[in-house]
Amino acid sequence: MSLRGETAVVGVGLTEFGGLPGHSHMEIMAKAIDKAITDAGIHKDEIDGIFSANFVEMLTPLTVAEYLGINPTYMDGTNTGGSVFVNSMQSAAAALSLGLCNVALICYGSNSATGPFTHPPAMHTVEDVYRPRNPITPYALAANRHMHEFGTTKEQLAEVAVSARAWAQLNPAATMRDPLSVEDVVNARMIVDPLGKFDCCLISDGGAAMIMVRKDRAQDFPKKPVYMLGVGSRTDHNLISCMPDLTTTAAKEAAAAAFAMAGVSPADIDVVELYDAFTINTILFLEDMGFCEKGEGGAFVSNGNIAPGGSLPVNTNGGGLSCVHPGMYGMFLMIEAVQQLRGECGERQVDNAKLAACNGSGGFLASQVSAIFGTQETL
Amino acid sequence: MLELPDHTEHLKDDILAEQQNNNNLETPGPLQTFEENLAKGEFRIQQCKDCGQHVFYPRLLCHHCGSNALKWVAVSGKGVVYSSAVVRQRPEKGGDYNISLIDLEEGPRLMSRVVDVDPEEVAIGMQVSAHVGMINDKPAVLFYNKEQGDKEW
Ligand SMILES: [Zn+2]
Repeated sequence: MSLRGETAVVGVGLTEFGGLPGHSHMEIMAKAIDKAITDAGIHKDEIDGIFSANFVEMLTPLTVAEYLGINPTYMDGTNTGGSVFVNSMQSAAAALSLGLCNVALICYGSNSATGPFTHPPAMHTVEDVYRPRNPITPYALAANRHMHEFGTTKEQLAEVAVSARAWAQLNPAATMRDPLSVEDVVNARMIVDPLGKFDCCLISDGGAAMIMVRKDRAQDFPKKPVYMLGVGSRTDHNLISCMPDLTTTAAKEAAAAAFAMAGVSPADIDVVELYDAFTINTILFLEDMGFCEKGEGGAFVSNGNIAPGGSLPVNTNGGGLSCVHPGMYGMFLMIEAVQQLRGECGERQVDNAKLAACNGSGGFLASQVSAIFGTQETL
Repeated sequence: MLELPDHTEHLKDDILAEQQNNNNLETPGPLQTFEENLAKGEFRIQQCKDCGQHVFYPRLLCHHCGSNALKWVAVSGKGVVYSSAVVRQRPEKGGDYNISLIDLEEGPRLMSRVVDVDPEEVAIGMQVSAHVGMINDKPAVLFYNKEQGDKEW
């Protein structure tokens, strides 16, 4: 069976972004869960599937179940890095479709900004000895290779940050809303060349939660259901030295699978939400997902093409670069897609958005999970 | 600090001894072997006896063909910079340094540093050669641009 249109998102919840001092990651997660179950109009006891991963504890689904006082029939704590919540969404769609659970909760919370500093985890002795300053260096290596092979420029990388900021200026919830120019980005302090301060995502506190059900119940909730039409998950390495080609990610295959399941193509998509941990990500994923040719991402993101008013709205909340980035961002990009398809996005609303494409990225460009969401009429 | 009851250590020793008898584990795993070679100043990688391809990082199974027949071999030490980055760091903490991905002549790619030119001068396509040196008090494979040579490692 295909998972196309079998499940729908019927509730979402986001916390405030930025700093939530004095809160544990679970407390931040609980704020988001509370909002999601209110949005869906359900009681917490209706939740019987929990999908949650974190990097500050191993047994997150157990913590969530205990905290909520529920006894779920299905739990998934798989961790694929920042892509994980799109991956969880795939697992939730499968578990719901098989009847292993009936109301799935996907949730995340982090106090990355105000909580105790967590060092990036050790990767492998053959790399760690060189002190590569993860996670930035792997992306700098990818950016440099892309610049070398295709002539991509620092100014083009900067266009990604500038476009994200322009969207953030339309989003009252976004953390960074001051004007930002290409010159500001290019002239900013270098962190790991060729990536400077504004090429790197924020470090935020924040939580997000999502409720999914099968299509037969999707109309029974207060908000317009948003259907999962396609999903694809791939990975081709963990260490950056094991990535076969630093200019092509596994999103190429993941997105092809997601588009095939959904039965749509990039040209049909109204709004795109990508994991922009660094500016190079947006360029790589637009190419790999088929929104432009390989190597043309730099030109594609230029001249405001992905900014408000451009031909393709990308990262309409302001992304990890300007809206929020609490360690693992995959949850937040899916929720922005859902809210765009519901038509709830105020000033940044994309007119008549019916189809949204998402890509979550985990590890260092390693795990790629693409998803296509659509409104009722796209079923 | 938590004190473990005495019997825990004995238990651990007994279990380990038992397992080593059963598994005949006289030689260390590939990663430790790699590090022991480095400590002797030798840079060796693995080659698959079945498909002939080289393997790095050190593994028990060939990631090309799945074979478990891997042998240690010397390498030419010659490589090309596949990509490079400059990690910016305050002078009092040691200053900027280079991180590169190097494609070895034998095929595998590894992370390292090119250490004999300024970090920002390390360029994609640059020819480099491997030396075993010390970094952060540990033996490691480092690369030089200027000291090209045919030395076997
Ligand atoms: Zn082999």
